[in-house]
Amino acid sequence: MRAPGDSGVGLDAALLSVDNVSLSFGGVAALTDVSFDIRKGEVRAIIGPNGAGKTSLLNVVNGFYRPQKGRITFKGEARPRMRPYEAARSGIARTFQNVALFRGMTALDNIMAGRSLKMRRGLFWQVLRIGPALTEEVAHRRKVEDIIDFLEIAHIRRIPVGRLPYGLQKRVELGRALAMEPDLLLLDEPMAGMNLEEKEDMSRYILDVKNEFGTTIALIEHDMGVVMDLSDRVVVLDYGRKIADGTPDEVRSDQKVIDAYLGVRH
Amino acid sequence: MLGPVLETLIGGLLTGVLYSLVALGFVLIFKASGVFNFAQGAMVLFAALTLARLGETMPIVAAIALTAAVMIALAYAIERLVLRHLVNQEGMILFMATLGIAYFLDGFGQTLWGSDIYKIDLGMPRDPIFLLESVFPGGLLIDPTELIAAVVCAVLVAGLAVFFQVTRIGRALRAVADDHQAAQSVGIPLDYIWLIVWAVAGIVALVAGMMWGVKLGVQFSLGQVALKALPVLILGGLTSIPGAIVGGLIVGAGEKLAEVLLGPLLVRWFDLAGGGIENWFAYVLALLVLLVRPQGLFGEKIIERV
Repeated sequence: MRAPGDSGVGLDAALLSVDNVSLSFGGVAALTDVSFDIRKGEVRAIIGPNGAGKTSLLNVVNGFYRPQKGRITFKGEARPRMRPYEAARSGIARTFQNVALFRGMTALDNIMAGRSLKMRRGLFWQVLRIGPALTEEVAHRRKVEDIIDFLEIAHIRRIPVGRLPYGLQKRVELGRALAMEPDLLLLDEPMAGMNLEEKEDMSRYILDVKNEFGTTIALIEHDMGVVMDLSDRVVVLDYGRKIADGTPDEVRSDQKVIDAYLGVRH
Repeated sequence: MLGPVLETLIGGLLTGVLYSLVALGFVLIFKASGVFNFAQGAMVLFAALTLARLGETMPIVAAIALTAAVMIALAYAIERLVLRHLVNQEGMILFMATLGIAYFLDGFGQTLWGSDIYKIDLGMPRDPIFLLESVFPGGLLIDPTELIAAVVCAVLVAGLAVFFQVTRIGRALRAVADDHQAAQSVGIPLDYIWLIVWAVAGIVALVAGMMWGVKLGVQFSLGQVALKALPVLILGGLTSIPGAIVGGLIVGAGEKLAEVLLGPLLVRWFDLAGGGIENWFAYVLALLVLLVRPQGLFGEKIIERV
């Protein structure tokens, strides 16, 4: 099932698949035999109680953690593990649970940093700031300004991000990830600590990213309302194991999921 | 009276430039990796030693180029063999690793090159220069070696400033300095950046070692010069390149002036012997700065959420 004109992965085919991944830290199992896939163009939610292994799973996907067992296939290429640099280069961008921005830099520079991989001109030209390097820098700036407009953060672009309120920092972080023009965007609790209005804004951006840019999104989120509204399919983890996988409606009525969240009567 | 004081001040500032050079090496690595590189002093010594011994067998220009290559190779080895395996470890662990590197380099330098006192001859003019002879009786005496060192340092710093502010590598470096994981997530290869920073720190160590070597001769006490960089770093702030420069100048000028001006006063008022002020003045100054402004004169303000 490959969409015509698409060299890589077609709609409905798995953009990413994680097969039988196990990860432990000195004997403590963080993930046990987890398998799931993300289809091109969907919003895939990863949910579960605290400590279920959601962030560990993202860290495996983008290469921060090296799983002891299993395999990761992205765009048809299978690897025993990703390296962060490889992941970024092959089109995986992410945001972090506790905002990880370059605090000393302005919002603009942070988002420009997301273009690192796209810049190709040699050092010589960069130092001189003439010729091809200037053209390139200008082209990247234009792209970045588009993202800044999209996220409605033009008014803060010159402010060092360390001074911005939390909600705006999260938005800048999303901007940095978008600047990479990723095929797969990993969002680790993009709405944590936000008020209702900020959550609504962020939900709108996520849906726009999906619909306008066609970006595939993996989303960790605790707010069930958000998860149910945004996601196409949901995978549920508990104690490092996958306990459910399906559409929001299927997952919501799954007895194992209810037990995991509410506890089981003994 | 003004003549000698001015002369001391200029001499102090020129020595201060050399302190700045050593401090600069610390700042570069600390900015990029949050590691306080205890091995910077050992790198200065190792570079000076390599240059001195190579200079005995080949023209000095060739020796400098070859030593630069050795320092880059050393940076590669440190990144490949040590740092790469310690990614995302705590700062203290990385610090201990650099401590190990420092002692290894100290010893390995002896193993390779021997432990005598060697000299570096750049063929620079050695006759003192006298300035403003019409204003001050006898003029102001300036050591040309120090003057050249200051010029070399200025050029080096200007070059580094351009490199780190303007280029993509500079932006990547600042990104890595702020947040390792985030930098990796946007595709900045950490190992590559560390290699560049250590190589640059190695080159800075070479320039510092060369200048100190010309001034004092190459011997193992040269590694101790690095200890003078500590108060410079506290003054200037660990993360600031301009801070390293200004801090070095303050320490250099301050300790010389203190020796000349404070010494005689201590002798007169308290009947002390009055010597050795140069040895402790910088540290007392650093302690005072720590009390008033712990982040240093130019360092980033330390804000910690509690």
